Amino acid sequence: MTRGLLRWYYLLLLLLLYLPLGMLLLFSINEGTSLSFPLRGVTFDWYRSMFDNGQLLGAVGNSALVASGAATAATILGTCASLAITRFDFRGKGVFLLAALLPLVVPFIILGVSLLILFSALGVSRSLWTVAAGHTVVALPFAMLVMMARLVGFPRSVEEAARDLGASYFYTLRRVIVPMVAPAMLAAWLVAFTVSVDEFVIASFTVGRDPTLPVYIFGQLRFANRFPQVVALSTLTMLVSIGLVVLAERLRRSGPGEAKAA
Amino acid sequence: MRAPPAVELINVEKRFGDTVAVHPTDLVIEQGEFFSLLGPSGCGKTTTLRMIAGFEQPTTGRILMTGQDVTGLPTHRRESNMVFQNYALFPHLSVFENVAFGLRVRRFDKKIIEGRVEATLAAVRLLGLAKRKPSQLSGGQQQRVALARALTLNPSVLLLDEPLGALDQKLRKEMQLELKRLQREVGITFIYVTHDQEEALTMSDRIAVMNGGRMLQVDDGATLYDRPSTRFVADFIGTSNFLTGRVTESAGDTTVIEVPFVGAVTATGLGPVAVGGDVTLMIRPERLRFGAPAPGDNSARGRVEDVVFVGNDILYLVAVDQTITLTVRGRNLGAEARTGISRGEDHQVSWPSDATTVVGA
Repeated sequence: MTRGLLRWYYLLLLLLLYLPLGMLLLFSINEGTSLSFPLRGVTFDWYRSMFDNGQLLGAVGNSALVASGAATAATILGTCASLAITRFDFRGKGVFLLAALLPLVVPFIILGVSLLILFSALGVSRSLWTVAAGHTVVALPFAMLVMMARLVGFPRSVEEAARDLGASYFYTLRRVIVPMVAPAMLAAWLVAFTVSVDEFVIASFTVGRDPTLPVYIFGQLRFANRFPQVVALSTLTMLVSIGLVVLAERLRRSGPGEAKAA
Repeated sequence: MRAPPAVELINVEKRFGDTVAVHPTDLVIEQGEFFSLLGPSGCGKTTTLRMIAGFEQPTTGRILMTGQDVTGLPTHRRESNMVFQNYALFPHLSVFENVAFGLRVRRFDKKIIEGRVEATLAAVRLLGLAKRKPSQLSGGQQQRVALARALTLNPSVLLLDEPLGALDQKLRKEMQLELKRLQREVGITFIYVTHDQEEALTMSDRIAVMNGGRMLQVDDGATLYDRPSTRFVADFIGTSNFLTGRVTESAGDTTVIEVPFVGAVTATGLGPVAVGGDVTLMIRPERLRFGAPAPGDNSARGRVEDVVFVGNDILYLVAVDQTITLTVRGRNLGAEARTGISRGEDHQVSWPSDATTVVGA
């Protein structure tokens, strides 16, 4: 009885989550330009026309650039911070952890406004650099959560063995720890990349003349005739994001180094 | 001049917050010795080993290695190497690279590295597996890699933290003998942590029995077995019969103890014992035998309560009194010999005076 109820509840939940995404997919191949039923027929023109749109491709390029930069910065910073938190005891560790994870709960609009204020106060003009900096901040907690989970399960004795054989801490880091947690670092990078590619609010506050993809999409909403193209673009973005997250999860779960006790 | 000891602990103590892991301890381990730290879990043996390795620093006291004070020095600046409990191999490196790790850290020439790694792999009989990853090896092979990795640097002291703990019984026995052989061949001081008394007895020149952060007795295996200084040591190593009584006479080598329901028991080979004190006596089950005592031997009478067949031996439980049951261990010498003693019979049990040891009050 309870089981049956739970099953219906779960199906309803899935429907609510994925129905909008399904609609997106559906209308991206709909021939008509208005987002309403009945559907007119199947077409891939919207997808095709995307590749003729120089502005759009430019926005994709900008997003890829920003996301790569932010993901790389967040992964490096996140790995260092996670090492500090899981391996060392220091004063203010709790505060440090809280500060690093805070972007998870602070509304992005507030982060966006404060970044805008910060950049103008410092006299930094807005560009893709400022977007990347903002995205590094919001991607950092995601990268840290992935890395901390990996490092907590990392056998301490492997590190000790390297030290025992004469390796300095940095040698151990370079030759033992980083190679062993590399899959997790790649997973962290992919998650951070996805966070950056999908992020709109902070980007809209910190972006300069070159738009990132979500900023571009938002701008196109004013033009009704381009709408189906935007839908197609959103569908592609979604599929790529899902693909990246699935890949990241695979990486996070695999990876050598769960020292197998024989 | 005598060579300085491989390792010397001078009044070494280790506290973690309020708890004392190792009470102030003095210990001298000679060069080339196979020395074991034996005790139940939580007795401080691993902490002691980790202090020698440099993973922990003593709260007070000093640690010397071949005469040099190494107190406060970190692991990578000590001439010891360690074999870890779960091997702690580098999973992303091949067997060759695992063993070469320490040599690479020291930037040895490529030719030298190849030569030394191969020689070490040969010593632990792993030649031909150099290209494998640790995950492709059996537990016993992984153990050998861990050993080779620690040995390539020619440490003056090799520290082993329950290295055979994860292996099955048969492989353990094999590796015990092999470790002993290896130690003789390379001539390095081995300090070996184990909770397995048989393992310690099989391999060690000397053993320190630890309990509650204290070294109760440091001796060779035979002395620990025959003349344990405390009841804990007697109990931890082998099986024992315990009797309690009062010392009535102590002259030179010979001590007489009056034991209720047994009578006067003579013990020889002990130091002087205070007359009038209450003491606990220990007799190993295999030193007891059925029959009348030879001149100077001790004896007791009792009823055979149970006969337990354990394969190579037979255990007889003999009740001398409601509170005193002696275990007699006899060799299983075939079906005929087994019929001699049966349950319910009254028998005399005797043992030599030098098999009686005082293990404390």
